[in-house]
Amino acid sequence: MEKTIAGKTITVNEEGYLTNFSQWDQQVGEALAAEAGLALTPRHWEVIKYLQDEQKAQVALSIRRVGKSGVVDIKEFYALFPVAPLKTATKIAGIPKPASCI
Amino acid sequence: MSTNNGTIKKMMIILSKGTLENVYAAFVLANGARMEGIEAEIFFTFFGLEAVHKKKLDNLHIATVGNPAMHMPTMLGGLPGVEAFATSMMKKEMEKIDMPEVPEFLDILSASGVRMWACKLAVDMFHYKKEDLYEGVEEIITVGDFYNKSQGEGVQMLFI
Repeated sequence: MEKTIAGKTITVNEEGYLTNFSQWDQQVGEALAAEAGLALTPRHWEVIKYLQDEQKAQVALSIRRVGKSGVVDIKEFYALFPVAPLKTATKIAGIPKPASCI
Repeated sequence: MSTNNGTIKKMMIILSKGTLENVYAAFVLANGARMEGIEAEIFFTFFGLEAVHKKKLDNLHIATVGNPAMHMPTMLGGLPGVEAFATSMMKKEMEKIDMPEVPEFLDILSASGVRMWACKLAVDMFHYKKEDLYEGVEEIITVGDFYNKSQGEGVQMLFI
């Protein structure tokens, strides 16, 4: 379905995840974060950038992997994105929701 | 009257067993709840305490006796070394699917904000002390305390 956000039209799935990463830009990320009640700080952006890089490298994302990334530990990840961190951060990053149980 | 629409807000998980497969079940459910933005707490009781006993938590085994899903004759499952062998096989498979071992999993749960409690009755019965237990275990509490912590809407309780 289509959705207008930050003055752009983006295509999202039923859970609100972008289906086409080329439609993502920083303003879209900020607007998606605002929808989740978050104001992004430079630390948030470092994590988002890391998640996008992992997605590009086709790495399956999990909380455990994020915790071992050296970019952010699990405690800080939850502090930055308090509600469902991996789901929320990937949505803001414009990448698919990870299908991970751990 | 409750206005809760069925949303799960908190999972209260009681772990009463110390076999690896049950410990993992509790840990995956608690971690999975936090990943979904649901609060989670674990109450360790009876043999479940082994999962947070510093000297035991890294040596948990899967059950090879009395476990029909192992597809192994009960007599064979009881032979020396079989349980350890089956456990090491399972651990290898778990590592392949990115499943952490118990000590690392406890650290993940703790960092994710899962609150952990030890059952007073079981701690007394096994003669354990607070310092024998993993640091993430906040307190030794009674079953009544646990019920008090479980109050509120959208709270689900699970016994493993």
